[in-house]
Amino acid sequence: MGSLSLQGVRKSFGDFEAIKGVDLDIPDGEFVVFVGPSGCGKSTLLRIIAGLEEHTTGHVLIDDRVVDVVPPAKRGIAMVFQTYALYPHLTARGNMELGLKQEGTPRAEISARVAEAARMLALEPLLDRRPSELSGGQRQRVAIGRAVVRKPRLFLFDEPLSNLDAGLRVNTRLEIARLRRLLKATIIYVTHDQVEAMTLADRIVVLNHGRIEQVGSPLELYRRPANLFVAGFIGSPKMNFVQGTEAETLDAHTIGIRPEHIETNLEIGHWQGEIAHIEHLGTDTYLYVDVPKIGTMTVRLDGEADYSLGSSIFLTPRRTHLHRFDASGQRIAA
Amino acid sequence: MKQAPILRMRRVAVHTVLGAYTLVAILPVLLIIMNSFKDRKSIFAQPLMPPDASSFSLIGYETVMRQGDFLGYFQNSLIVTVGSIFFILLFGAMAAFALTEYRFRGNIFLFLFLALGVMVPIRLGTVGILEMMAKSGLVNTLTALILVYTAQGLPLAVFVLSEFMRTVSDDLKNAGRIDGLSEYVVFFRLVLPVVRPAMATVAIFSMIPIWNDLWFPLILAPSESTKTITLGAQVFIGQFVTNWNAVLAALTLSITPVLILYVLFSRQLIRGITAGAVK
Ligand SMILES: Nc1ncnc2c1ncn2[C@@H]1O[C@H](COP(=O)(O)OP(=O)(O)O)[C@@H](O)[C@H]1O
Ligand SMILES: [Mg+2]
Repeated sequence: MGSLSLQGVRKSFGDFEAIKGVDLDIPDGEFVVFVGPSGCGKSTLLRIIAGLEEHTTGHVLIDDRVVDVVPPAKRGIAMVFQTYALYPHLTARGNMELGLKQEGTPRAEISARVAEAARMLALEPLLDRRPSELSGGQRQRVAIGRAVVRKPRLFLFDEPLSNLDAGLRVNTRLEIARLRRLLKATIIYVTHDQVEAMTLADRIVVLNHGRIEQVGSPLELYRRPANLFVAGFIGSPKMNFVQGTEAETLDAHTIGIRPEHIETNLEIGHWQGEIAHIEHLGTDTYLYVDVPKIGTMTVRLDGEADYSLGSSIFLTPRRTHLHRFDASGQRIAA
Repeated sequence: MKQAPILRMRRVAVHTVLGAYTLVAILPVLLIIMNSFKDRKSIFAQPLMPPDASSFSLIGYETVMRQGDFLGYFQNSLIVTVGSIFFILLFGAMAAFALTEYRFRGNIFLFLFLALGVMVPIRLGTVGILEMMAKSGLVNTLTALILVYTAQGLPLAVFVLSEFMRTVSDDLKNAGRIDGLSEYVVFFRLVLPVVRPAMATVAIFSMIPIWNDLWFPLILAPSESTKTITLGAQVFIGQFVTNWNAVLAALTLSITPVLILYVLFSRQLIRGITAGAVK
């Protein structure tokens, strides 16, 4: 109950092709995150799955049934939106009940399901309030409750955390992870935030310009990015890229090394550079080092490393953690 | 701090201009209302004075009530105005929703076609309209007026409401669709409440020309039973003698409903006008 399959899905808005052929299989019970920069087509793809947007070609299958022309309400899905999208004229309870009423669910069943969802999301004291009387975090919980009560085959989340402030975002993220264990449902979650993607997903789908760049578990993407785009997108701070003779000696067009995989030394090392900027985060220290002929390299050190601006430093990449890419940006297998 | 005096001067200037304009706009209305409660002699002797014990008189209102079926005219005006506004808002909002929500062939063409009406005065088509009404037997009916005014008001309504419909959150509509609401319910229950300020704005801007119109009532429905109040008030304006008491009383009576509706709508109206300008 709850598998999804996309087969050659394309979507054009006039002359502009927003989704350029997506093939994807999601088995029942998986938590999949679509991640990618703003405007890459994540929301469009999610709306196609929901049936809110018609795809131009290809097929969408939910539980092995083609749903290309099935209206959203009949697809067995529920969706949580970035802007919450609660009905302003209904109370929290009314918001959660509406979909079930439309389906013709018996009254007793509706109350039972709303009560259960409210307990799960700690919404009980808020049930009789209208959206305008709720805080952002509470609204988002009601929106999640509205999805939960429908017991859908597929949960769709479109950037549900991006309108919340930082602290609330972490809480709600934990809430979603907990909910996921309780519900054991298939979840498709869209975000542009790679931290959300890494922390929540069983599998991540990286999208760029309407194409899938790579599909894999968070650590697979971190360890073996399939191309330059994924390498640069997953991981924070960003991976360092080096081109030119340095890369050619390793039979590559570009080599990549993550900031946490660079050793520093004051006397000896592979590259010599000058510290251009230092960021102290407490748990980590980021050094931005200007290396002649190569550019600025970011280095991540544990704890409160003590370096002074402008001083000379030697950097040595860990050989085993080097990533090599060819001229078209594809990964060269080790 | 240096800018403060300049800012204050600017504020004084703005208030002076606005105050002056308010006076210019309100004075005639005040004059009409004041003088409608005076006898004929004092209207001409002291037109700018409010009625006092000696000059107070209801003669104008008595004349109006006696002459013709003034309540009937009033009722006709109300039926025509309210009916037209209802259809303008209903069809205008529906068209605006369809044009902004659905992508279909000819969408932009249709929008431009509808919006063109904002620039072409409907009176240019009077002869054709009269012929049409005559052929369909609608002359001297209120239906004829409602039809014409609905057509007259639709372009502006579609134009303004489309702009507002675009601002309604897609997520909200989509949430409704996922919950199984039909497009009609999405439109009536989710979208219309959000664009209510815009509807009030359109209602007021369409209402005033309809209420005040003399042209179409005179041409399409001049019979005694279908006269509107603007047409009815004309009986007191003669070529040689004008019964000013009656004219002023009739005018006062005909202003009142518009004023009441304006007060009812004005908060929504201001929100509608300033929406977008002030976020
Ligand atoms: N209704 C639409 N009409 C035209 N272009 C659209 C429409 N919806 C989305 N797009 C375009 O499709 C691309 C993908 O949009 P979207 O899926 O919203 O991106 P995101 O990954 O940020 O969610 C964007 O370039 C956007 O401009
Ligand atoms: Mg989006």
